[in-house]
Amino acid sequence: MTIPDDRKYTQTHEWARVEGNIVTMGITQYAADELTDITYAELPEVGSTVTAGQPCGEIESVKATSELLCAVSGRVVETNERLREHPEYVNQDAYGKGWMIRLEAVDIGPLDGLMDAAAYERHTAGG
Amino acid sequence: MVEFAGWSMPLMYRGIIEEHHHTRSQCSVFDVSHMGRLKITGEDALSFLQGLCTRNLEGMEPGVCRYTLMCRDDGGVLDDMIVSRYEQHWGIVCNASNREKIVAWLRQHAVDRRVTIEDQTVATAMIALQGPMAVERVLAMIPFDISGVRRYRFASGVYMMTSYTIFRAGYTGEDGYEIVVPAGLAKLLAFRVLGTGGEPDVAIRPAGLGARDTLRIEAGMPLYGHELDEATDPLSAGQSWCTDLRKDFVGAESLRRRAEAGLKQTLVGLQLEGRRTARQHFLVQAGGKCVGRITSGCLSPTLGASIAMAFVEADHAREGTELAVDFGGRPVPARVVKLPFYERPKAKET
Repeated sequence: MTIPDDRKYTQTHEWARVEGNIVTMGITQYAADELTDITYAELPEVGSTVTAGQPCGEIESVKATSELLCAVSGRVVETNERLREHPEYVNQDAYGKGWMIRLEAVDIGPLDGLMDAAAYERHTAGG
Repeated sequence: MVEFAGWSMPLMYRGIIEEHHHTRSQCSVFDVSHMGRLKITGEDALSFLQGLCTRNLEGMEPGVCRYTLMCRDDGGVLDDMIVSRYEQHWGIVCNASNREKIVAWLRQHAVDRRVTIEDQTVATAMIALQGPMAVERVLAMIPFDISGVRRYRFASGVYMMTSYTIFRAGYTGEDGYEIVVPAGLAKLLAFRVLGTGGEPDVAIRPAGLGARDTLRIEAGMPLYGHELDEATDPLSAGQSWCTDLRKDFVGAESLRRRAEAGLKQTLVGLQLEGRRTARQHFLVQAGGKCVGRITSGCLSPTLGASIAMAFVEADHAREGTELAVDFGGRPVPARVVKLPFYERPKAKET
């Protein structure tokens, strides 16, 4: 499985991609595979503020419900509406059409502390 | 693979939802060898089991099996199981997670009785074939005729020096069989069933514990540790149909008292609005007040709706009652619906 090198990764298997001050977030393909068939994504409301390291949503699968932790603090500008009808997009393409949240970051500084693709690959290879 | 009651079990092979649909439309193979398989022999076997099972076993002919529970003295459920009557002995298929407890319970009650209890779990293997095509496929596969074996009946014997039992039963809401053979033949049976090495039959595919759970939820079947446990009595759990309070068994007296006093809570089916999945222990509310808790839930692959089973206070258990399930402070509307959520078309069944 190829891990895109245009973004950063959290220990808890979220990814974040920066374009200007807009950060797009989702969960990694590894996480999606582990959760198995995803049935629902509870995402924050557009306009709400979210805090780095805090839960900002819940991902439900046939196996379990797990929290989506925010990679950076900011204001939600868009969520992936298509996941409402097609939560399976996350399983099919976690790094592309399975994206979840776009937010206007207060400070993208914390992203520097996250893993790059190579480090994330090592992170998941261990377990 | 996942750990389950000390066994390493397949959670899924290709995907839980796909395996679920395959079971409803064709035929799935489940390795259920982890289930406890016990043999009860001796002159007192019938009266011994009658004294422990909630179900009345009187009049069971050889070749008949029945679903029953066993309870503690206070009526709390120890386990649910299938009891079967063979020519010379009785059999029990119980939950893997409760096997040691049930063996100990049986042995404790067998003191001074003419019965012996033998745990045959590790010496045997059990494979379930479930789905609308299961009967036809198994009949074609088995070298002797079991077409006369109806639901909740079984065939047993020895074929080419191999003892077998084939139950017409299951835990998916579909028709099918559960086949028990010596453990050493498990691989051979699995290969035979899946067509490994030859031309594989695409209608028969393996399915794991994940699909087994969503299938049994749709079929409204209880799972020990969810709808049943030692703190729950069979009557509240919707199991009055297999609890005969006119006969004597361990727990009967407590259950008669509970029935007389009226049940405080009842197991119901819920259909939730939207696509969120209600998990075990989520609270059920009426008008903002807690009136119950979820025992199992899933996004039903067959119905495309969020379904759950829950214990709710008896006043809120009527079909059509509007309730809500609490998702961490957010109530999601839910309506009490009839169990089971899914029933297979029964037209062609014998």
